[in-house]
Amino acid sequence: MLQIRIHGRGGQGVVTAAEMLSIAAFEQGHHAQAFPSFGSERTGAPVVAFCRIDDHEIRLREPILAPDVLIVQDPTLLHQVDVFQGLKPDGYVLINTRRSFDELGLADISARFRHERLTTVPATDIALKLLGRPLPNAVLLGGFAALSGLITLEAVEHAIRHKFSGKVAEGNVAGAQEAFAYVQNELKELAHAQAS
Amino acid sequence: MLKQVEGSAAVAEAVALARPEVICAYPISPQTHIVEGLGERVKDGSLTHCEFINVESEFAAMSVAIGSSAAGARTYTATASQGLLFMAEAVYNASGLGLPIVMTVANRAIGAPINIWNDHSDSMSQRDCGWLQLFAETNQEALDLHIQAFKIAEELSMPVMVCMDGFILTHAYERVDMPAQADVDAFLPPYEPRQVLDVKEPVSIGAMVGPEAFMEVRYLAHAKQTMALERIPQIAAEFKQRFGRDSGGLVRSYRCEDAETIVVALGSVLGTIKDAVDEMRATGIKIGVLGIQSFRPFPLAAVRAALQGAKRVVILEKSFSVGLGGVVTTDVRLALSGLEVPGYTVIAGLGGRAITQASLVRTFAEAIAGSLQPLTFMDLDWRIVNRQLEREAAMRRSGPIAENLLRDVGSVASKVS
Repeated sequence: MLQIRIHGRGGQGVVTAAEMLSIAAFEQGHHAQAFPSFGSERTGAPVVAFCRIDDHEIRLREPILAPDVLIVQDPTLLHQVDVFQGLKPDGYVLINTRRSFDELGLADISARFRHERLTTVPATDIALKLLGRPLPNAVLLGGFAALSGLITLEAVEHAIRHKFSGKVAEGNVAGAQEAFAYVQNELKELAHAQAS
Repeated sequence: MLKQVEGSAAVAEAVALARPEVICAYPISPQTHIVEGLGERVKDGSLTHCEFINVESEFAAMSVAIGSSAAGARTYTATASQGLLFMAEAVYNASGLGLPIVMTVANRAIGAPINIWNDHSDSMSQRDCGWLQLFAETNQEALDLHIQAFKIAEELSMPVMVCMDGFILTHAYERVDMPAQADVDAFLPPYEPRQVLDVKEPVSIGAMVGPEAFMEVRYLAHAKQTMALERIPQIAAEFKQRFGRDSGGLVRSYRCEDAETIVVALGSVLGTIKDAVDEMRATGIKIGVLGIQSFRPFPLAAVRAALQGAKRVVILEKSFSVGLGGVVTTDVRLALSGLEVPGYTVIAGLGGRAITQASLVRTFAEAIAGSLQPLTFMDLDWRIVNRQLEREAAMRRSGPIAENLLRDVGSVASKVS
């Protein structure tokens, strides 16, 4: 079972991101369960949402305490919320930021986890450019598809079009595609740096 | 058709498939998405021959439901928590009058302290109101139960509450198999009322009944619920025949065949308990779980049959009778009358406290070892409890409890769960 935890702030579409991820996984024939952290969310307040993906029925309904994947939609949470809590040793991390892990003050995280699975993408910038609004949620799912290879970009695009329509859907799809390419490139550079 | 949807959306679609004629509701979390989904269907014309009535309160919602049901309309509403309490008087009237209304209760805690999260306090507060109460384990079962509920309600002319865990189910996206309209139509015939306000054959509904016949009216309500004990499994079997799924029924056991320890629970926590049972089974522990799908009528015989071979029973419940202990426990104990089966009550998940597999495994292991208290509050934070008790012992004006405890807990924004 793959367990994904998404951290963000109220208004950034954290819950919608988990829902879209579950739709993408369903689209690929998996069982998936997405649910919010059940808070009384307010704009700007820390929000958590969860998604489980498996090949058989998912019965477990506890919050995700030991995620395989972390998606951080807002880097300002890094020093407010212990987002890395319980992250599996071989877990994936995707952070929405222009900066690197070191620049974010996360050098210890780079050291503790497999650094080829730790990546960043400027999802808010991409969303502003292609969607016209600072909503990084769908864009990050494109980055997640590239980082993990666990769901396809096509499934993410399908999920976005399932949730949104018209210009919003197309802007988000374009954003997901750009994030996919960005993360792929980043991974290539990482692999290259490791090889040399 | 398989779909990946929110639980509330799945229930809204199932209710629409049942072709309700009147839907009235007042918004309250975590139920709101269900009636929003239905309201949209009425407005866009995809749900025809149905009137969606916006009301000013939950009391009005149930009052309108009573009126429309008495006028012969298939009637649906939904509520939760304080909303259910606010409509309580009308809830009793609906069952007292024998009107087959179907209502979703998106289970949520009751204040004070105000809390929007899940537990079973709301529907348990109405367990004696005369409505049938069916509990859903998954979103699939929730949607299936709504279709069954209209059939059960209308056959017996009694109202049915379908209880589903607020947020945990209502707000969870998961896979559901949505039935086709033609199959639902074949399963659920049009509503033929036993009593109806009809100008051609006028009757009055709601007579005052004195001591001469009140007990008999009450007894007949009980007789109907007793009949429901037979009809509920039959309707679940009919449902399975048509739709191919086990949904509803009275009770459902999992790995209980040779179980020495049997856990009893209701609702969505059964899923996590099943995972805990598998984990313990893998180490050779003989443990199983019994889910109660029908809490009213309470299936005494089925519960007794399922539990009588066990060496111990752990009743895990999201409800709590202050000053006594478990609510479900009382009924399970009655089912076990005369049998010497040690029982433990575990109160868990109140107000949305996460129920984790790890805590369940630890608690069940303690029951097996005989070290569990007869009444246990799982994952209770004794630190803040004891601090408050000390405060109260130390000074008269110790202040409001909720505020004190929140101060002791500190910021929750930094916590993941």
